[in-house]
Amino acid sequence: MSQTTKKVQRPLSPHLQVYKLPLTALMSISHRATGASLIIGTLLVAGFLIAAATSEQHYNFVMTVASSKIGLLVMFLWSFALYFHMFNGIRHMFWDTGRFLEKGQAMRTNYIVLMCAVTATAVTWGGRTLLALIFTGMGG
Amino acid sequence: MSDHNNKGLYAADLKKAKGLGSAHEGTDHWMMQKITAIANVPLVLWLVWSIIGLQGATHAQFIAWQAQPANAVLMIMLIISVMYHAKLGAQVITEDYISTEWFKMMKLIGQKVFFFGLAIMCIFCVLKIAFTAGV
Repeated sequence: MSQTTKKVQRPLSPHLQVYKLPLTALMSISHRATGASLIIGTLLVAGFLIAAATSEQHYNFVMTVASSKIGLLVMFLWSFALYFHMFNGIRHMFWDTGRFLEKGQAMRTNYIVLMCAVTATAVTWGGRTLLALIFTGMGG
Repeated sequence: MSDHNNKGLYAADLKKAKGLGSAHEGTDHWMMQKITAIANVPLVLWLVWSIIGLQGATHAQFIAWQAQPANAVLMIMLIISVMYHAKLGAQVITEDYISTEWFKMMKLIGQKVFFFGLAIMCIFCVLKIAFTAGV
């Protein structure tokens, strides 16, 4: 064996396990993760349509599942994933036109996307609670 | 665009005109993803609004709502746009993470069948509700 096989201690380039992801990278992978999880919400909508078209019993079962604590939790997470994916997707469309691609702009728009997603989720669930209160108040 | 990369130097005229690279598809995937994404924004906001209004709805109430022409058409548009968008997204994820060629192909075909099948099923259900409500 020649000397060339000697192991040289070179610094390793940082890989995912040892690299602290910047927010922009976390937002990027979250776009994919939320996109994949939105399929679950789509299945819920499909479940409602198929059950409603099948029979009242099937529909009642799906409605009971969706109205349960776990069902509401799934829908809450679904709504946030939806808004995140939507607002980040809108940012992607700006990026496609060449806008906001600078590092500082990417960082600032990270916060804008997150704020929009949180606000929209809050408005949705606030509005939902408000409507429920109104309907209960009317005795219906 | 033709001298954007080496392809422009070596590719035949027909190949350049078609604009398809080694993946045998051009900008179609990207374009359809954007079109469905733009369509999804108003459609999904309508869906969220509708779900809020429909919470706790009885079967009869849901059927009456879904059978209204505007709601039936919007729901069908939503199903087509969302399922198409989901199919494209799931395709990219599979292409990125599955490296075993035969498994990747099987998974891609499976996903395609799944999303288009589910879309057809949902559209059929909406039509059935719309055409049979109150009969």
